[in-house]
Formats: sequence, C-alpha cells, structure tokens
Amino acid sequence: MIDERFDAIVVGAGMAGNAAALTMARSGMKVLQLERGEYAGSKNVQGAILYADMMEKLIPDFREEAPLERHLVEQRFWMMDDRAHVGMHYRSDEFNEERPNRYTIIRAQFDKWFSSKVREAGTTVLYETTVTELARDSRGKVIGVRTDRQDGEVHADVVVLAEGVNGLLGTRAGLRERPTPDKVALAVKEMHFLPRETIEARFNLKEDEGVVIEAAGTISRGMTGMGFIYANKECISLGMGCLVSDFRRTGETPYGLLDHFKRHPSVAPLIVGSEVKEYSAHLIPEGGYKAIPQLYGEGWLVVGDAAQLNNAIHREGSNLALTSGRIAAEAIVHVNSRRDPMTGTNLSLYKKMLDNSFVMKDLKKYKDLPKLMHTNSENFFLTYPQLVSRAMQNFVRVDGTPKIEKERVTVRSFVKARSWVGLFSDACRLARAWR
Amino acid sequence: MTESSVRVEDKLYYNRYLVDVGRPHVKVRAHNTPSQQLRALLKACPARCYELNETGQVEVTVDGCVECGTCRVIAEPSGDIEWNYPRGGYGVLFKFG
Repeated sequence: MIDERFDAIVVGAGMAGNAAALTMARSGMKVLQLERGEYAGSKNVQGAILYADMMEKLIPDFREEAPLERHLVEQRFWMMDDRAHVGMHYRSDEFNEERPNRYTIIRAQFDKWFSSKVREAGTTVLYETTVTELARDSRGKVIGVRTDRQDGEVHADVVVLAEGVNGLLGTRAGLRERPTPDKVALAVKEMHFLPRETIEARFNLKEDEGVVIEAAGTISRGMTGMGFIYANKECISLGMGCLVSDFRRTGETPYGLLDHFKRHPSVAPLIVGSEVKEYSAHLIPEGGYKAIPQLYGEGWLVVGDAAQLNNAIHREGSNLALTSGRIAAEAIVHVNSRRDPMTGTNLSLYKKMLDNSFVMKDLKKYKDLPKLMHTNSENFFLTYPQLVSRAMQNFVRVDGTPKIEKERVTVRSFVKARSWVGLFSDACRLARAWR
Repeated sequence: MTESSVRVEDKLYYNRYLVDVGRPHVKVRAHNTPSQQLRALLKACPARCYELNETGQVEVTVDGCVECGTCRVIAEPSGDIEWNYPRGGYGVLFKFG
C-alpha cells in the first residue's frame, strides 16, 4: 500500500482519532490515519454537543472557523408521562459570553473541518480505507495494520485504536471484549429541517443561541433510555436511545419509540411542518467505569468510545474522546522523544495521565450508577415519572379539594406503587451511587 | 397510526448509500429455525434489515444498513451472524451524522 514506515498509525477519524493524530503530527511525528468513510464524519453519528474547553486545548481559535451551530444558553430536563412533562429549565444570559462553553454541532460537517486541520498538521490521511486486522509479530506485539487496499499492510511503532464503540479490530485481536447488550445503548436520530426563524421562535432564541432538551420517562416504556432534542441553526436533532439489552428483552422497535416520542404532545409542536433529511443510528457506550477495558499494550493504545469512555449521566462522550485521544498522543510523544520502544510498560504512561484527568475521575464517581439504572429501569423510567406527573397535576389543578387531602393522595400513590421500604432504598441507592 | 406502520424504508430513503453490490458485509448463518438472537434482530435493527422469508428463516438485506452494530452485539457471539464493516468508501454516507 504505502511503502513507508510510520511512527504511528491512527485507526479512525472521529473525535478521538483526530485529537490523537493532530497532537502527534504537531510534535513532528510521522503519522498515518486511516478512515473507512469517504470523508471524515461520513460514518460518525452524535447528538451532538461540543464542549469548548476540550476543543480549545487542541485548537485554541476553533470558534473562528469551525462549523458550529448554536451556543447553548438553556438546558431543559423533562420527566415525561404519556401526556405531560414535568420540567426543569436552566437558562442564563451568562452563557452569552465571549467564548461560549457549549455548542451544538453537526458531526459530518464538523469532522470534515477537524480532519482538514489534522492534514494541515502533517498527518497522512487515507479515506475510504477499512482496516481489517492488526498486524502482530511472533511475540504478539502490534506492529501495524492490514487494510482492504491492495498490498494493504502498513507498519508503525504504535497503533492508536480510535475505531469507535463498535470497533472490530481490538475485539478480534483479543485486546478487549466485544461490547455486550447491557453495556451499549442504541440511539436513533432524525434531522428535522425548519426555517431559522421558526426554530428561534419555537425555542425562544435569538441569533445563535441554542437549547438542549433531555427527556426521560414513559417514552422509553420502562427501558433504560432517554430522548433528546437539540436546536441547531436550521434544523433540530431529535433522537431516542435505550439499552440494547432492553430492546432485546422487550421487543420494542427503535423507530417505533422514536415515532412515539415525536408524537408526544410536548414534542410534536416543536417539529410540526419540518422536513426530515436524515435518519441515523449509533451505539453509545453505557458501561461506565467498570466497563473500561485494558487501555494499552505492546504497541497499541485504545481511546474514545472504543475504550467505553463515556459519561452517560452527564451525556459527555465526544469530550472524553477528544481528551483521551490527546492524552494518548501526549504519552506516545513522550515515549518517542526519549527514543524508548513502544512497549506496554512505556505506554502505561497513558493510563497514568488519564487517571489524573477528569476523564477517569468523573467515570469513577459514577461507577455504580449504570448498574442501578439498568436493574431498576421500570421504577426510574416508568413508575416514578407517572407518579411525579400525577402529583404535579394534582398540585396545580384547583378543584375545591383541600390541600391536605391532595398531599395525602400524592403520598399514598407513591407508597402504593413502591412501598416505604422501596422508596427509601431507591433514594439511598441513588444517593450512594451519585456521591 | 400504529407502530408497525412506521415506514422505515421511507426513513432510509433520506440517507445516501454507496452499495457494494454482491458483497454484503453482514451475513446470516444458514439455519432451519431462527435462534432467539436472530429473532430479536427482526425488531432491534433500526434499519429493519432483517426479515423472515416465506419458509420462516431470518434473512438480511444490507443495502439500508446504517452500520450501528446492534445486530453484531446481539447475534455475533452465538455465531448467528458474521459481521464486517463495508469496504472502504462503501455503505452509508451521512451528510449530517
């Protein structure tokens, strides 16, 4: 394929792969990046929100030229039953700052731009190239990759696996396990196009201000899952995701859930009259801290979604990908600068650096939450939302019932559904897992 | 409108694909009666690539596949399907992602 030797090969041109390739190329390393799509982003799916801080660490002035949609001034959380939602909004004019903190983006467009920066930094990027296998020497050390191109083997000192949540290479080579249905969620998404003014009017926005809505409740029919609605400039990203194990257990269909979510009386008015221009699906790592695989070995590192680095509670994925890609590259650059071999021992620096970063600290904080949510999904995603919605309606509807009687009805409904012991233990378990 | 009437084909029509004719990247192992895993794919696949044929076997048509990997996660461990990514450049091409 290419008759040269590289210092490093990066598999994948998503957030993690681009961060890694950019960082290594800038330090003068000879980097080859392989991407199976026609262009970077053509295979990537995300909601999507970009956190500025992590991007600034790579490209400080990205705001000047990156294709960004809206900076977020408002976040809404909706707890839904079939006809209502109980919501919490946080909106602040302080988010209208000089250097906004979060943006909505469209991944295919953003990744294309990001990839152009990676090329400018000196990385050799080959698109339309699927890596089929890792090449290893007789002792098992990774020495390069095989691709679907003619004579497609190419060698390097180290391979960075940024191959995404459904990465085949690492699992086939036995470097980590294939994700199991209880550790990944399947999300489906549609892009709804509307005139800019319509979006701004419906979401109460001016200029490039944006809104995020995260929704949970009966929309997932007792499965562990969430819906989301993000306002972009001229379109709305609308999607819904649930654990694959829950889909398998219930026989619900992903498109059925999405359609149901779209028809909800709180959602339908936001997208009425829109033109859908894309339907996509993607897996999301949900296993948390306990699902993180071995992160390095002889001649290889794994970053981003492929390493299950996703904070499902805060819905932070791409920033963990950006950060792990950058940190992996910094570790490699350090080993390379000392002219040390890319052994597992030397590459363990990556794990040390990652442990000291917010990536591992955040994931560790919530290490017990995935299990709690996954084993109590009926309560958290069906029973409680219904109870809360009924309690709210009871609270606000004025009908001549004395307030003390209304309170009694609400308390009784909770106790009847979950019992005092159940309520107490749910609260304790949630508090303990959150702490 | 019932859920079974959601037309997935219409949704897939919005997308761009470059189909690698004659080289499907996902294959179903030959079987007489579909396993529990294969049956699950009839519902779980977001592009409804899996369907029952007239004689009751699960078949896959990968033309509309969005390459999410859900079927791989469910049915690869039991050997019910063989999963690969399409050749470089082929498959779904997201404009927005």
